[in-house]
Amino acid sequence: MQKDNDSGGPSMHGGLTGRLRRRRGSNEVPSEVDKANGSHLLVDDRNKYKSMLIRIYSSVWMIGGFAFIIYMGHLYIWAMVVVIQIFMARELFNLLRRSHEDRRLPGFRLLNWHFFFTAMLFVYGRILNQRLANTVTSDKFLHKLVTGFIKYHMVTCYFLYIAGFMWFILTLKKKMYKYQFGQYAWTHMILIVVFTQSSFTVANIFEGIFWFLLPASLIVINDIAAYFFGFFLGRTPLIKISPKKTWEGFIGASFATIVSAFVLANILGRFQWLTCPRKDLSTGWLHCDPGPLFKPYYFTVPQWFPQWFPWREISVLPVQWHALALGLFSSIIAPFGGFFASGFKRAFKIKDFGDSIPGHGGITDRMDCQMVMGVFAFIYHQSFIVSQSVSIEAIMDQILMNLTFEEQRALFMKLEQIIQERQFGES
Amino acid sequence: MQKDNDSGGPSTTSGLTGRLRRRRGSNEVPSEVVKANGSHLLVDDTKKYKSMLIRIYSSVWMIGGFAFVIYMGHLYIWAMVVVIQIFMARELFNLLRRAHEDSRLPGFRLLNWHFFFTAMLFVYGRILNQRLANTVTSDKFLHKLVIGFIKYHMVTCYFLYIAGFMWFILTLKKKMYKYQFGQYAWTHMILIVVFTQSSFTVANIFEGIFWFLLPASLIVINDIAAYFFGFFLGRTPLIKISPKKTWEGFIGASFATVVSAFVLANILGRFQWLTCPRKDLSTGWLRCDPGPLFKPDYFNVPQWVPLWFPWREISVLPVQWHALALGLFSSIIAPFGGFFASGFKRAFKFKDFGDSIPGHGGITDRMDCQMVMAVFAYIYHQSFVVPQSLSIEAIMDQILMNLTFEEQRALFMKLEQIIQERHFVES
Repeated sequence: MQKDNDSGGPSMHGGLTGRLRRRRGSNEVPSEVDKANGSHLLVDDRNKYKSMLIRIYSSVWMIGGFAFIIYMGHLYIWAMVVVIQIFMARELFNLLRRSHEDRRLPGFRLLNWHFFFTAMLFVYGRILNQRLANTVTSDKFLHKLVTGFIKYHMVTCYFLYIAGFMWFILTLKKKMYKYQFGQYAWTHMILIVVFTQSSFTVANIFEGIFWFLLPASLIVINDIAAYFFGFFLGRTPLIKISPKKTWEGFIGASFATIVSAFVLANILGRFQWLTCPRKDLSTGWLHCDPGPLFKPYYFTVPQWFPQWFPWREISVLPVQWHALALGLFSSIIAPFGGFFASGFKRAFKIKDFGDSIPGHGGITDRMDCQMVMGVFAFIYHQSFIVSQSVSIEAIMDQILMNLTFEEQRALFMKLEQIIQERQFGES
Repeated sequence: MQKDNDSGGPSTTSGLTGRLRRRRGSNEVPSEVVKANGSHLLVDDTKKYKSMLIRIYSSVWMIGGFAFVIYMGHLYIWAMVVVIQIFMARELFNLLRRAHEDSRLPGFRLLNWHFFFTAMLFVYGRILNQRLANTVTSDKFLHKLVIGFIKYHMVTCYFLYIAGFMWFILTLKKKMYKYQFGQYAWTHMILIVVFTQSSFTVANIFEGIFWFLLPASLIVINDIAAYFFGFFLGRTPLIKISPKKTWEGFIGASFATVVSAFVLANILGRFQWLTCPRKDLSTGWLRCDPGPLFKPDYFNVPQWVPLWFPWREISVLPVQWHALALGLFSSIIAPFGGFFASGFKRAFKFKDFGDSIPGHGGITDRMDCQMVMAVFAYIYHQSFVVPQSLSIEAIMDQILMNLTFEEQRALFMKLEQIIQERHFVES
């Protein structure tokens, strides 16, 4: 996410302090700067090279760490997502807290974390219950424990939530009602934003790291391409909320993203580590039949291609066409996540969500477009990919592997009922 | 939900206007009244009989209308829930809207309703997709249409939401960012509150009207009993947020609710109209085998019961024990929904959510405890009454969404073969 590149502008602040009426916190946007200089584009900023170096330095570290985690596997990626969530939630919880009121409400912050861990238990319990059951099949006692957990999972989470709800009501203090209700609503909004996207992301991871890595990489590529296209070619402002964005950056990045989507899908689709789904919570190597989406078919290169072109035939994985759709979405719609975050920061007059990452701001600043993309990637996968790879054999495998004898019989009877009703209706 | 019974107090407000510094809207709580008179309990209010008559009058109409809709059936109950939702959403959308800002943002209210209808499509599409498919089995074309709708349901709702999201961002106006973001968050909170409980309510309805009628009736009984116990016996205030509630009312109502739960479950459980699940969207009479929960056990009346007692044995439906749990929850925890609504009204300084129902306030005032109860009833039902296996549901979803008729029949026959083989081996 491109942040308003004002970090290298102390000279401009000094000249304008005379015009300010109120004390500004260090995190606030010097909005008068934008108005005074018209469209303050990246190309004209003298300190831009210095800030670019800082950004490149932290980007390299982030991308390197990310690649290492991908190599480690599904469980570690999940752990990374959880850690990112915790940091995002902490940044966001701290944002609209006012320390004056908070001192008079001891234990109120604890309530936020109580809701956070309830949400985590609920979301990850739902997504991973089947895989958890598959992991502990060897041990009878653990299996009973896990099955019991899965059965009463919803009730447990519900009562944890109700406990938090009752705790909130019992700690309502006179004259602080408005602040407390505001914080309660804010907590819910944060948890929804943080957990929706992460739950979809984790669901995608266990379907195959490819479906997590490709969308995330496309967002990173889109960001980086937009930054550099804007840096070198940017002239026309794109949208009022983010004055540093330009149409040249946007269009150049779209083109670059779609092309990289097509190419990247080909490269990534060759690794079984990335394309195989993980059926349990183990960490070993994966082997599987990747399915028809990842089997290449070959085009012979058409006649008009130049002779020096080294390949006589091009292999295309069917998944590359899906990657085009992902690329299109990530370049056109995902940036709106960034605009939303920018608008939000302007509305509440904050410069960044935090300052964990030098040159980029806080973790939420990095994750704002990822969130929109993560949800789309999951929904796309569920609607268009799964139906192609599902077959009678695959479902039979699931039935025989995942269900107990009684459950299989129950499934059989349900299916029987539906088929008979349909036959009845048709005849 | 008992509302602060200040509607009959114009005499008390006029005497205090001298102490007020700011103009108060007609919907605001005259908080000084409560402070001036200490604990202003219902027993001491001289206008209480007049307000009681108004409340009884509107209660009779509401209960009568409700009974009529129950008689009409599942589809009409669903329609009633939808209508209640629309009115609740309208009340809540209007609450924190400020007319001054709204006149400068044309089309912003339309955005709220866009999100409302997207949420409705999503929630009801998920719950009712299976039943919709069962309704149109006779017509090949319609069936194809419905299956297509079910398959692409999530994508459709997602794109509708994204369209609303992008619309919101493109209509952000300078200097109104904070108001617009506040409204956006408020819209989301309203939709979550309104749709969570109604989706669970509707899911319960189609499992059997009993599971909707019993919890709803318990809340009504709890309210009415608390009102009358408080009216005649109330002395000790219960909680600061709702100064009209008393411990006598609370305890008396709990006792009355638990007893009525036990008795009501017996009465309601005898009607097949109420206990049979509805598998499709038809409106005719239902016949089914209600299951072991509704088959009466007979107890012999113990010796110490007096001889004039007419029954020699008591029939108890197993479901009555579940009803005790529902009764306990509705008397102890569901009132917290009312406390939340009271605290919210105090925080934002208005008297009622609306004025649709004379003597009671708006629709949200009536539904606040119902919402907490409906969610619990659904979760209780799913966890303890009909232990649904998530795995079976997930696999059934896959089978129905992704396989054609012939494939489903082939799967069915394979499964039949496997189960028969297993039977053979076991016997």
